[in-house]
Amino acid sequence: MAKKIVPNKTPMREQPPKERAKNYDEVPYGYSEKEAMQEASRCLQCKKPICIKGCPVEIDIPGFIRFIAEGNFRGAIEKLKEKNVLPAVCGRVCPQEDQCEKICVLAKKFEPVAIGRLERFAADWERAHGESSMPKIPRSTGKKVAIIGAGPGGLTVAGDMIMQGHAVTIFEALHKPGGVLVYGIPEFRLPKAIVYREVDYLIKCGVTLIVDFIVGKTATIDQLLEDFDAIYIGTGAGLPWFMNIPGENLNGVYSANEYLTRSNLMKAYLFPEYDTPIVRGKRVAVIGGGNVAMDCARTALRLGADEVHNVYRRSRKEMPAREEEIHHAKEEGIIFDILTLPVKYIGDKRDWVKEMECIKMKLGEPDASGRRRPVPIEGSNFITPIDTVVCAIGQSPNPLIPQTTSDLKIGKWGNIEVASETGKTSKKGCWAGGDVVRGGATVILAMGDGRVAATSMDEYLKTGVW
Amino acid sequence: MYRVLKRELIVPNIHLLVVESDIIHKNAQAGEFVVVRADEKGERIPLNLIDWDKESVSMLFMEVGTSTSKLAALKSGDAIATLAGPLGKPTEIVEGKKIVCLGGCYGIGALYPVIRMFKEKKNYVTTIIEGRSDYLLYWQDRLKKYSDEFYEITRDGSKGFTGHVNDFLVDHIKEKGADLVYVQGCTYLTYLASQTTRPLNVKTIVGLNPIMVDATGMCGVCRVIVGGETKFGCVDGPEFDGHQVDWDTLLARRRIYLGEERYSLSFYECERYG
Repeated sequence: MAKKIVPNKTPMREQPPKERAKNYDEVPYGYSEKEAMQEASRCLQCKKPICIKGCPVEIDIPGFIRFIAEGNFRGAIEKLKEKNVLPAVCGRVCPQEDQCEKICVLAKKFEPVAIGRLERFAADWERAHGESSMPKIPRSTGKKVAIIGAGPGGLTVAGDMIMQGHAVTIFEALHKPGGVLVYGIPEFRLPKAIVYREVDYLIKCGVTLIVDFIVGKTATIDQLLEDFDAIYIGTGAGLPWFMNIPGENLNGVYSANEYLTRSNLMKAYLFPEYDTPIVRGKRVAVIGGGNVAMDCARTALRLGADEVHNVYRRSRKEMPAREEEIHHAKEEGIIFDILTLPVKYIGDKRDWVKEMECIKMKLGEPDASGRRRPVPIEGSNFITPIDTVVCAIGQSPNPLIPQTTSDLKIGKWGNIEVASETGKTSKKGCWAGGDVVRGGATVILAMGDGRVAATSMDEYLKTGVW
Repeated sequence: MYRVLKRELIVPNIHLLVVESDIIHKNAQAGEFVVVRADEKGERIPLNLIDWDKESVSMLFMEVGTSTSKLAALKSGDAIATLAGPLGKPTEIVEGKKIVCLGGCYGIGALYPVIRMFKEKKNYVTTIIEGRSDYLLYWQDRLKKYSDEFYEITRDGSKGFTGHVNDFLVDHIKEKGADLVYVQGCTYLTYLASQTTRPLNVKTIVGLNPIMVDATGMCGVCRVIVGGETKFGCVDGPEFDGHQVDWDTLLARRRIYLGEERYSLSFYECERYG
């Protein structure tokens, strides 16, 4: 007899919006064991599971979910860790609705299985109940791998390579590992203790982490190649884009990278206990419609803003941010000014931004991205008072390695060019992936790139064939 | 953590800091900088690289706010939380030219590796150091070693030429000529020198000190407008053509956190001294 399907996901309890908008604690509480088992039992355990195809790192999704349904949580986390070194991170920040959950068979008629929430549950359960036994590390191959950047991509490659018996060293430019997981994603969405714990796990597996080491400057790729057999370049995001409109260099106008780095990595939200300051604006405008923009808007609120506007030139439908992020931002009171484009920032006598001039937009024909192109409505300009602006419209790849490495093919946006099926760059022994290749993408795509590169790198190290 | 080998007061408010590092020297070049963070709660601040060898790097800094007060309180044997570098683009190497190098404040020390490089490249080096009074001038012997001519300027006349750099520079360049002027010091000095040499049409390279956070080409706070284009101090600089710099924007952006800096310093001093 076919079991009766519960049409909706088991809801996840959250901090109430009014309360959480004033603190940095994580917003969703996560599932209890009972809730997790209940949600896991919604999985149909398809014989040919298509959800796995939606996962860039090919987690055995029905496999780990079955363990949860049976109450074997240890089994679930071990199954997850076979393919994913960062389950606690991915369970929180992956866009599951565009990946595994999108193609879940249940989603044809009902809500899909809450795969992300279950992944998070299993990882959090392990954190609360003590780590599983360490995996067996194979005998050393004698090969040495250097990984540039301790972000999600680099950590994935590190995990995969150490499990193949290669010696792994990660070089990180900043003083903490984690890359965007630490400098970019706020504490209320991804507690940093979770990231550090996943990094510690890799270190326990034998990975060497060196911080404060800027590859391209402290040592170049060519210098590292004298000591290492293979290199993965995962240096991530680089310089922020601005719109090239008047007033963008006024005081009080931030890039998202700066705003988030100050708040997250440098803990400016705890100023003056921490030394790095941040402007605590009262009327803040965040420009852009992606996840980073949502993070900035919600950060501004927590820094004490009375009013935070998210200004986006297309409509709500075209917003690239995750549904969940938009929903959380809305609940917390972020005001969405859609179909609106800033054209100018106006400063006061002391060169601080005091007003923003915008123009209203309408949607025209679809553009190259398939989304309808926003077109300005003539004469619709208006001026609104504002004391802080955060520009979250994307960034170019990090320039340091492209600037300082010989024989590395660089694309017209400053990105490192790679063969997509292997992640190989034009330089022998060097692979790359994540934002330094893609421009601005997601954590899980960077991890997927890392997985592809690791497979190819392992083959190269074992066969010597480039 | 990185061990402090030496912290020494050179002249009032200006300190030398020598920190253990066996790696930074390998690629270090004149004109580059390092990022330093005093402790786990500290800011990342850029400091000019003054000197380097197989065991250590040296920096000079002026004690003004919380971060530099924390550094000024270090003793040998203490440790700092972050030391990363070298960063930035090195000074462009020129050969066989007549170069006037000008430094004030911490910039006097910052000149040291650059004039050493200029001298090695067979340039004719004229070094000018500037201060309000003679007790603020330092390292004369070190700098003279790599200088063909050496001058001191004080505003109160206690040593050398009396006045400010603009008066001296104009006469000096008119009389002796220069292919290049190179300036290190506070934003006001680099600005003043650039304004002075502009009508004389002598290329002027200035070492700027915009605010930085990551200093590795990611956050974008150190943007400087040069020749109408947005450049980033940490990866395109920190040295730029002083005649192309938009000084108004730079001076304004240097002031963003003045209020917070004052507040932070009083908080730190309260915590430290009660």
